[in-house]
Amino acid sequence: MNTIQPKVVEPVSDELTLVQAAKNGDVSAFEELVKRYDRNVFRIAQHITQNREDAEDVVQDAFLKAYSNLKQFQGQSKFYTWLVRIAVNEALMKLRRRRPERTVSLDEEVKTEEDSVPREVADWSPNPEQQYNQAELREILTKTIQGLPQTFRTVFVLRDVEGLSTEETAEALDLSIPAVKSRLLRARLQLRERLSRFFQRREPGEPKLEIEDGDGIPKIERGDGNQ
Amino acid sequence: MKCSEFLQELTNYLDGVIDDRTKSELEDHLSWCHNCYVVCDTTKKTIEIYRDSQLYELPDDLRNRLRSAIVTKCQARKKADSGNA
Repeated sequence: MNTIQPKVVEPVSDELTLVQAAKNGDVSAFEELVKRYDRNVFRIAQHITQNREDAEDVVQDAFLKAYSNLKQFQGQSKFYTWLVRIAVNEALMKLRRRRPERTVSLDEEVKTEEDSVPREVADWSPNPEQQYNQAELREILTKTIQGLPQTFRTVFVLRDVEGLSTEETAEALDLSIPAVKSRLLRARLQLRERLSRFFQRREPGEPKLEIEDGDGIPKIERGDGNQ
Repeated sequence: MKCSEFLQELTNYLDGVIDDRTKSELEDHLSWCHNCYVVCDTTKKTIEIYRDSQLYELPDDLRNRLRSAIVTKCQARKKADSGNA
């Protein structure tokens, strides 16, 4: 079985020059850095906060904070990793301010052992994406990842969606490498299991599942409404 | 190798960061354990499907609005800093 080919965010060769220019007060050089990474920061922020307005605020706050603190950036890590660290912190602060009642301590979440061995293994259809149209698929993926604990979701997004290395993810989240690996494994297995409910191989005529609002738990499509 | 040991190594295996000996033990396990084969294969698909899904793309109009707000704030910050200097 082949390994995953990571989507790597390569630092562009002139990046340090841009950072240096921005440090010297060149706002247009900083604008160039914003253009390079605003999409990534927005995705990360939206995944963490699960709220569009919060994500917009995080993009602005994170870039402004990066600009104001550029002198602290010493170039030991990539600018992108440094920026992601700031963005994650801004997003987590937003989350705590908006929804304090939903904040769970990191240790509490990590103790969950139930998912370490999959209980039921169902193979998927050969082309699971084709079972659903584009909009349905987006909804399934969004609701499924939203159902993960925040700590797992964030590691998965940085590592597998945004293509940071394990070391960069650890640095961005201020975690040890074993902690990143452990959370990543849990996140991957939980997502796999949740997606299996939608993508598992079905007998001809067997109904496909449609997603329910809220918790990402699917229900059987009854077929007595629309065709 | 037991299934639980296989699962502990799954992330390293998928990321291709294991030594040759462990890799061959894992692949031996995969050759006879159908459940682990399915878990491994569908976990890989899970990662690929999310990586390619383009969830939460930033629309151009919002992107322009955010960028212009960021630049304006940076310029104000620069002005304030040079005023204090």
